Amino acid sequence: MMSFMKGRVLVVDDDTALAEMLGIVLRGEGFEPSFVADGDKALAAFRETKPDLVLLDLMLPGRDGIEVCRLIRAESGVPIVMLTAKSDTVDVVVGLESGADDYIVKPFKPKELVARIRARLRRSEEPAPEQLAIGDLVIDVAGHSVKRDGQSIALTPLEFDLLVALARKPWQVFTREVLLEQVWGYRHAADTRLVNVHVQRLRSKVEKDPERPEIVVTVRGVGYKAGPS
Amino acid sequence: MSGDSAASAPGRSGAGRPVGRKAAGSRWGSLLEDGLLQGGVQGSPVIRLFMRWVRRPLLPVIRLWRRNIQLKVVATTLLMSLGVVLLLGFVVIGQVRNGLLEAKVKASQSQATGGFAVAKQMADEAAAGNGDDTSAGRPAPNVIAWMSNLVSSLSSGGQGAFDVVTLPAGGDSAGGRGPRASGFVDPSASVPEALRERVDSSTAAAQSYTRIVYYDGKESQPGLVIGKKVNDPNGNAYQLYYLFPLTQEEKSLSLVKTTLATAGLFVVVLLGAIAWLVVRQVVTPVRMAAGIAERLSAGRLQERMKVTGEDDIARLGEAFNKMAQNLQLKINQLEDLSRMQRRFVSDVSHELRTPLTTVRMAADVIHEAREDFDPVTARSAELLADQLDRFESLLADLLEISRFDAGAAALEAEPIDLRDVVRRVVTGAEPLAERKNTRIRVVGDHQPVVAEADARRVERILRNLVVNAVEHGEGKDVVVKLAAAGGAVAVAVRDYGVGLKPGEATRVFSRFWRADPARARTTGGTGLGLSIALEDARLHGGWLQAWGEPGGGSQFRLTLPRTADEPLRGSPIPLEPKDSRRNRGLDDAGLPRGEKSATVPAQPRGEQGSPLVPRSAIPARPAAAPTADPTALPGNGARVVARSGNGTLRQDAAPRRNTGGAGGAGGARPGGPGGPAAGEAGAAAPEQSGGEDRADRTVPSGRYEGAEGAPGAGGEGRAADTAGSERPDQRGEAFRGR
Repeated sequence: MMSFMKGRVLVVDDDTALAEMLGIVLRGEGFEPSFVADGDKALAAFRETKPDLVLLDLMLPGRDGIEVCRLIRAESGVPIVMLTAKSDTVDVVVGLESGADDYIVKPFKPKELVARIRARLRRSEEPAPEQLAIGDLVIDVAGHSVKRDGQSIALTPLEFDLLVALARKPWQVFTREVLLEQVWGYRHAADTRLVNVHVQRLRSKVEKDPERPEIVVTVRGVGYKAGPS
Repeated sequence: MSGDSAASAPGRSGAGRPVGRKAAGSRWGSLLEDGLLQGGVQGSPVIRLFMRWVRRPLLPVIRLWRRNIQLKVVATTLLMSLGVVLLLGFVVIGQVRNGLLEAKVKASQSQATGGFAVAKQMADEAAAGNGDDTSAGRPAPNVIAWMSNLVSSLSSGGQGAFDVVTLPAGGDSAGGRGPRASGFVDPSASVPEALRERVDSSTAAAQSYTRIVYYDGKESQPGLVIGKKVNDPNGNAYQLYYLFPLTQEEKSLSLVKTTLATAGLFVVVLLGAIAWLVVRQVVTPVRMAAGIAERLSAGRLQERMKVTGEDDIARLGEAFNKMAQNLQLKINQLEDLSRMQRRFVSDVSHELRTPLTTVRMAADVIHEAREDFDPVTARSAELLADQLDRFESLLADLLEISRFDAGAAALEAEPIDLRDVVRRVVTGAEPLAERKNTRIRVVGDHQPVVAEADARRVERILRNLVVNAVEHGEGKDVVVKLAAAGGAVAVAVRDYGVGLKPGEATRVFSRFWRADPARARTTGGTGLGLSIALEDARLHGGWLQAWGEPGGGSQFRLTLPRTADEPLRGSPIPLEPKDSRRNRGLDDAGLPRGEKSATVPAQPRGEQGSPLVPRSAIPARPAAAPTADPTALPGNGARVVARSGNGTLRQDAAPRRNTGGAGGAGGARPGGPGGPAAGEAGAAAPEQSGGEDRADRTVPSGRYEGAEGAPGAGGEGRAADTAGSERPDQRGEAFRGR
């Protein structure tokens, strides 16, 4: 895990002008960008460069962005931010469900993009040793692991953050807006679909029966809270 | 489709109809409170209720009568043929009776005449005999016997054919001349009194119809009675009657009657059946055509009529089918065209986004570094960045509109408190308001105003309205008013700026519409903001309407149903505000309105550009509900876009009229409307004056129905409909000629 704000960013985009511009902006902010323009080559490039974050355009020649996202997610929990021209619910949800942590709709401002990337890369530098319990799960915050009956469950950093945010204050009901701010780093009201999709994904990994969640409980009309431990 | 129903809904709203099922209870409650409990005159609702109660069981019948032509024709045929048959029956029976009786009467008359002659002759003979045998002074026994003898001898000629009755003349029964009768006939009951008087008064024979009554339990029967005054042997007058029973004739007559009635009944029933069959032949195809036309208009364009034969009905079917086919063809063509167009707009919007992103980023990089440039280049960099913002919002709005056009907009409704939304919007507009030296006041936010709505869309609508009001409010107050009543909630945004010209209140919602085409496009709007807001409102099944008067400011009112699937019937806030110039003009003229209205300062009519309402002197709203004003139709006036003197390009930094971009991207964009100040939401809710608060709190839940329903409804409908009808056109100018 990176302990600095700067990091390697893999840009997967077929539009060379946009890719170059992204490179300029990212370098200006101190990131190390690398580029790949083809969906088929994206996975190889990912394995080779081992980026700290992937910027992924949804519409790509060859494999499309959704597929690439799924492949990367299958072998790594590295943060993925999608670039998309479409903001309709269907497009966004499909993208998020394929494993992206966040998305940003074109056209975006450079500062906005950088803010999103930083939010995804931001990790507490020296996490204090902390043990949390939620339901029958044991969370080791410093060790970044979640265990049920000694069996560890693999979560992406974002899912882990979401779970930790809920587990730290089990008495509190989190609105989607609050979660957006705490986990995604949005300062303004943003798209609550992000929260919904990721809660679903988190549940599919940590719940015994995702249909009847016990770890992440929905509070109707308000948001989510941690289940009783 | 919800949009259409929203547009048409206002037109239907009736004056006194309960708002939704849920509201009905509260309505009666308020009726009780307002009227009965406070002793107010509530006669008309009671009468109305009674009428409704009486009419309710009849309604299905009335509806069936009105809707069913077959029933109508059959019923009419039945009634008319019944009339004809009855008339015919009466005529025929009359003639038969006359024919039957005439012969009988003649025969009876000759019989009676003969009888009278015999009686006279016998009297004369007896008188002659008497004169010889006996002396005067003892005539009575003889006369008594003679009379009995006379009756039996007269009646012996016609046993069963007739009976004979004698009665004393003038009711004088002395001297043994009491009533006598043959064949057990009750003499006094069988001879009518009128006939006896007639017989008494003349010497000629008289006749009458009667019922012959018998002593011996025989049933009385109709008969003809002919009587005459004759003298007995002593020269005293008595009445002699012949009674002819008409039993036979009556039997014949009743046979004829029965026959006629049976025949008539058959004729009527058969005529009804024939009418039913004939009408069915015509009505069935017509009904089929109606049904298919309905299905056609519901969108099932492949429906066709079945055509058999070559008659007129078949021709109707063929013509109908041809019409349907042409319609289908045209509609399909238009649909294809419109789909292509929408697709094109959507594709263009999407395709533009990638290069725009590059340009945007490049511009920002340049903009960041502008301090190192010479002034000209630096300014150019600023212009570039600013206009890119505008370009972006235009693109976002276009995309949003294309989404509505494609029917791809989905409502994500959940119960929200509109006060939160208003608070967010007002806080977001605060920086702009400060620049414009405008104060935004919120009224009516004491109790929750909850509705099932899509918070993102409602916020977009209200942001649009508030930013518009601030931008065109000329530095005067902007009042945001909330209210809930019945099944609806409403937010009205009132400004006191340049207002709207007559006839243009609906056109403000047209795409790219501008009051003055020559106007320099200095404000940041895209020209699509209100169109999107209208679509958003429609998606909720709600209304978005504008009211305005030149120089008197304007009011935009958003009305949403409380639950997403409930149709709107009225709005808790009148479209024309109470402090409108016309409403105050009415006060000046002394017309009775709300009781407090006298405190409203008089305003000279038509004085353009007068300092309309000083900030501190916005009149308090009268607490009383406004009476329905038939002239208070909305939909006249349009937004006149302010020519702001300081309209430099810097204004583009003001919050955009809307962020079309769906999803979080719009909100998260730095500089986006909700953005800069969203964190302080709730901190800066403007305070209101106490008087205003009270005035507003007195809005009773039942009030708006009566106050607004009848006259406002049509107007509202028109306003919304007009706005709706302009939907397909892309810009308002195209409709200028209308």
